Amino acid sequence: MAAAARFFSRRANFKLSLSAVGTGAHSSFGAALLKPSPNCNSRTKTQRRHAAHFTFQPDPVPTQYGEWFIFGEDVAFGGVFRCTVGLRDKYGKDRVFNTPLCEQGIVGFGIGAAVAGATAIAEIQFADYIYPAFDQIVNEAAKYRYRSGNLFDCGSLTIRAPWGCVGHGSLYHSQSPEAFFAHCPGIKVVIPRSPVQAKGLLLSCIADKNPCIFFEPKILYRAAVEQVPEEPYTIPLSQAEILQEGSDVTLVTWGTQIHVMKEVAAMAQEKLGVSCEVIDLQTILPWDTETICKSVVKTGRLLISHEAPITGGFAAEISSTVQEECFLNLEAPISRVCGYDTPFPHIFEPFYIPDKWKCFEAIKKMINY
Amino acid sequence: MAAVSSMRKMYGLCFHAVRQTAGRKASRLLQHRAFRVTAVHQQQPFDSSLEKPQFPGASAEFVDHLEFIQPNVISGIPIYRVMDRQGKIVNPSEDPQLSKETVLNFYQNMTLLNTMDRILYESQRQGRISFYMTNYGEEGTHVGSAAALDPNDLVFGQYREAGVLMYRGFPLDLFMAQCYANADDLGKGRQMPVHYGSRDLNFVTISSPLATQLPQAAGAAYAMKRENLNRAVICYFGEGAASEGDAHAGLNFSATLECPLIFFCRNNGYAISTPTSEQYRGDGIAARGPGYGMLSIRVDGNDVFAVYNATKEARRRAVAENQPFLIEAMTYRIGHHSTSDDSSAYRSVDEVNYWDKQDHPISRLRHYMTARGWWSEDDERSWRKQSRKTVMEAFERAEKRLKPNPELLFTDVYQEMTPNLDKQRESLWRHVQQYKEHYPLDLYDKYQH
Repeated sequence: MAAAARFFSRRANFKLSLSAVGTGAHSSFGAALLKPSPNCNSRTKTQRRHAAHFTFQPDPVPTQYGEWFIFGEDVAFGGVFRCTVGLRDKYGKDRVFNTPLCEQGIVGFGIGAAVAGATAIAEIQFADYIYPAFDQIVNEAAKYRYRSGNLFDCGSLTIRAPWGCVGHGSLYHSQSPEAFFAHCPGIKVVIPRSPVQAKGLLLSCIADKNPCIFFEPKILYRAAVEQVPEEPYTIPLSQAEILQEGSDVTLVTWGTQIHVMKEVAAMAQEKLGVSCEVIDLQTILPWDTETICKSVVKTGRLLISHEAPITGGFAAEISSTVQEECFLNLEAPISRVCGYDTPFPHIFEPFYIPDKWKCFEAIKKMINY
Repeated sequence: MAAVSSMRKMYGLCFHAVRQTAGRKASRLLQHRAFRVTAVHQQQPFDSSLEKPQFPGASAEFVDHLEFIQPNVISGIPIYRVMDRQGKIVNPSEDPQLSKETVLNFYQNMTLLNTMDRILYESQRQGRISFYMTNYGEEGTHVGSAAALDPNDLVFGQYREAGVLMYRGFPLDLFMAQCYANADDLGKGRQMPVHYGSRDLNFVTISSPLATQLPQAAGAAYAMKRENLNRAVICYFGEGAASEGDAHAGLNFSATLECPLIFFCRNNGYAISTPTSEQYRGDGIAARGPGYGMLSIRVDGNDVFAVYNATKEARRRAVAENQPFLIEAMTYRIGHHSTSDDSSAYRSVDEVNYWDKQDHPISRLRHYMTARGWWSEDDERSWRKQSRKTVMEAFERAEKRLKPNPELLFTDVYQEMTPNLDKQRESLWRHVQQYKEHYPLDLYDKYQH
């Protein structure tokens, strides 16, 4: 209980407030008034979401998706994270249904439905359990269009899975497997940081003509609250978003870690007088090399952070590309603050995660290099 | 005695299916769509006052003596056939009485496939193509099932179903183009030979991983059920692939989600070198169907009419009742697994010869035809000559054709070209311009950038 409280204080307040791009560092502590995202029309009526769930509500009925259905384990009653609550009553049991307990079946079924022209939204209960479907994702979904010479494809498939640490998830309810899938040409991998991003990015994934994996940071299901516009909108894939501009260090991450990074940026400014540029990568594959490289050319220093283990983690890919493209601009070696090369531990989570102190220390080292 | 009754109970569903197939002429009259009552609806309402079991997981009675169900593999599920090995109809009421034209078409497709197989196998041996898989002995399973389907039905195959594609009208030139990976290949030269696909003919492109197509077929069938356009899906796989986890997933999903789907297992005795005795211990694949709540049948795969009848009825009911069917077609793989295999390493020449000479789908159909005066020795000679000629001509055309533009290495990874791939494409182009002489450019269509 105490551990959880400490964890939450370290993770800080999750009442998110989105600053408009370009206004500089904006503390997220105690923000009472939530501002709408710059992407949506502020004159549109917005409604506060039900207490914090990435609830998938394709409202109004999305005719542009044609035939669609959403399925997976326990999807019918609303889902273990309540993401599909109310959908079965609204859209019928033919469109919102349970499948047997079998991830390879869920994804395979989704691929086949997409091949037949339906918009298939497959839910994997935890990203930790996606591995039985690895063959279907890597050998089938990703390669369907290429191997058939574009005769067939499963572009209308989207796979969603809760992702990342949650305070007590341990080995099998905390994983961030994006690196495994980043190595797979043909799919897209997307991770939102907040409710507004979640809706826009998810709708983009669904509309995208390529199979997409959408990882939803599970700790944010309850913790993140935002004013999300009711009408559909999309946020483009493969475009990183600069959340705050800075001149000394580029901080790159995705998902939950964005909120840590924003705090780190504030700490760096306050304690070190260092100006940080915070970038949310959003799409892991294909990733926006241009935005990151442009930023590093400007700042000369790069810190990448993720919960997943450091060896072979996605930070390694970013680091490698950036040193190729921006070698002469670098003032210090690229820094990665990530999980250790261990399975995700239970009781040791507060020590395992790449918290703001570790990131802060890394920035200090880069500045003083 | 008790064991026999248990076996009967276990296979009750299968026998029922056999009886139903026999009565298919009557049931043909019922063309309207019926919806199957699911197991959930068959469950009795919860009533704790009764001494009967109330478990949600099974609808069964109590029994007070300990007895294990004995799986019976000595006399397993019987094999439905229409013709004997000499092509004579066993039970006249089962003869589908197809027209001469239809039967000749069956025969010509089966033999054309056989001829194409011989020539392409040989071409691999001569180093002209990299790889090939023949269909010897299984032509009946392909043509019998393909003929029973609607052209709009979607086919998911494994890799030994070329006859299905041939029956649907895939031209020899395109078979060859795929095997040669030349510029005419619909697949743009990306896959090994025999990985055919055709959107127009509703034949999903083959992929090498085994059994991945089973859950996909279930998903496609579910989508078609919702479309409500009277389309079915057929999914082919071998008895070896049936051991994969994906096979279990596909069977279970199709049953629970009530998909209009035919699972067609070609049990040909071997998975490369692994005989069925090392692949499973139960009564083959058909016996697994009832475990999933699925109507199942075992047929003589070398009897093209048996395959036809079973597939036709399964298709009709799958669409009318939105439920999957399992057909296990017993056959024999006369050829090697592929050009990378020499099956004399694990089976006797005598065994292979038996099937080639005594129980071949092509011979059996020919006996049926000659008995009716539909096919003579002269017809056979001239057809063999003509089919060989057309295959050779297509072969020569394919051989001469250039390979596709190397730019096609980079397209269709995603629907759109990504900046990252564009850069890599550019990089290869520059590299090849500089090191031209080390790349076999003269074999390819002009490398346009």
